[in-house]
Amino acid sequence: MAAVDPSALTAIEAPAMHIPDGFVSGPVAGAGFALAGVAIAVAVRATNRSLGERAVPLMGVMAAFIFAVQMMNFPVAGGTSGHLLGGALAAILLGPWAAIIVMTSVVGLQALLFQDGGLAALGDNIFNMAIITAFVGYGVYWAFAQFAHIGPWVRLAGAFAAAWLSVQLAALATTFELVLSDTSPLSVALPAMMGVHALIGIGEGLITVAAVAFVLATRRDLLEAEVAVSEV
Amino acid sequence: MKSWRFYVGLVVVGLGIALGVAFLSPLASSDPDGLERVAEDEEFLDEARDAPYEVIPDYLFPGVENENVATVLAGIAGVLIVAVLTLVVAFVLRRTGREAQARPTSRPGGQT
Repeated sequence: MAAVDPSALTAIEAPAMHIPDGFVSGPVAGAGFALAGVAIAVAVRATNRSLGERAVPLMGVMAAFIFAVQMMNFPVAGGTSGHLLGGALAAILLGPWAAIIVMTSVVGLQALLFQDGGLAALGDNIFNMAIITAFVGYGVYWAFAQFAHIGPWVRLAGAFAAAWLSVQLAALATTFELVLSDTSPLSVALPAMMGVHALIGIGEGLITVAAVAFVLATRRDLLEAEVAVSEV
Repeated sequence: MKSWRFYVGLVVVGLGIALGVAFLSPLASSDPDGLERVAEDEEFLDEARDAPYEVIPDYLFPGVENENVATVLAGIAGVLIVAVLTLVVAFVLRRTGREAQARPTSRPGGQT
């Protein structure tokens, strides 16, 4: 099977789920920009109204941390690697709207400065990695947090579940973008993408749990306060 | 006064952690990632097109021979740029929100 041009292999050394240009068709790219644009507009309105004083430095620090950890590809089975997406972590610590702003600036910068993820595919990439991960991560964690009185492990279990599921749904969205673009048939892309990202999601879960545990241990007030603030 | 110091401390500690991670970035796995692996196995990787321009491609700072140094420099640049960008965006969002709230007439039905 000589279909893969070896030069293309070295040309794209891009971390995990970032879609390069050429994988998605014009309509799919356009739909990505439209969906991402709507969500960002809502996030701007929501943060306009509810952003607490301490959220500003926290958002800057969170974006820097996620950018750095995204560079740390960790090996998963079979000569494949993955890296943190971070949307669930940001949503747990900052709420979904601030997380969307944080993740959009990370993913946007990766495309514009680091050529990680295509320019035409930027809308899709923001939709997958900034918006889906923030909503899924926040929703799942919030559901677990309702049972936080049972014990401190409930929050950590919630952080793991939130992180793992956020990767699965981001991978699912990526799969459908590839399928709708006629890049890969569903029967092939779906099991391949979900299989790999079920493993990568474990890494996402472990890093997210570690970060949430760190905040719980050192600055618990940050976590409690921000979750309360964003539950408007 | 006290909160000002708290915020500076938060940014310094947080950026310190992020920069620490950036220094470790040469240790990252260079295996193909999830999507790349699927694209390779299912033979659509060659459909990827190169970027129309390059600034810091592949997380390697341009013009640096040593690949580890180039990776760390790219990480430091990215951490600082994304931190400044997000701080500015968050600051502006908060400021415009407060101004709008200070003038209730400009936000019909804003506070319910």
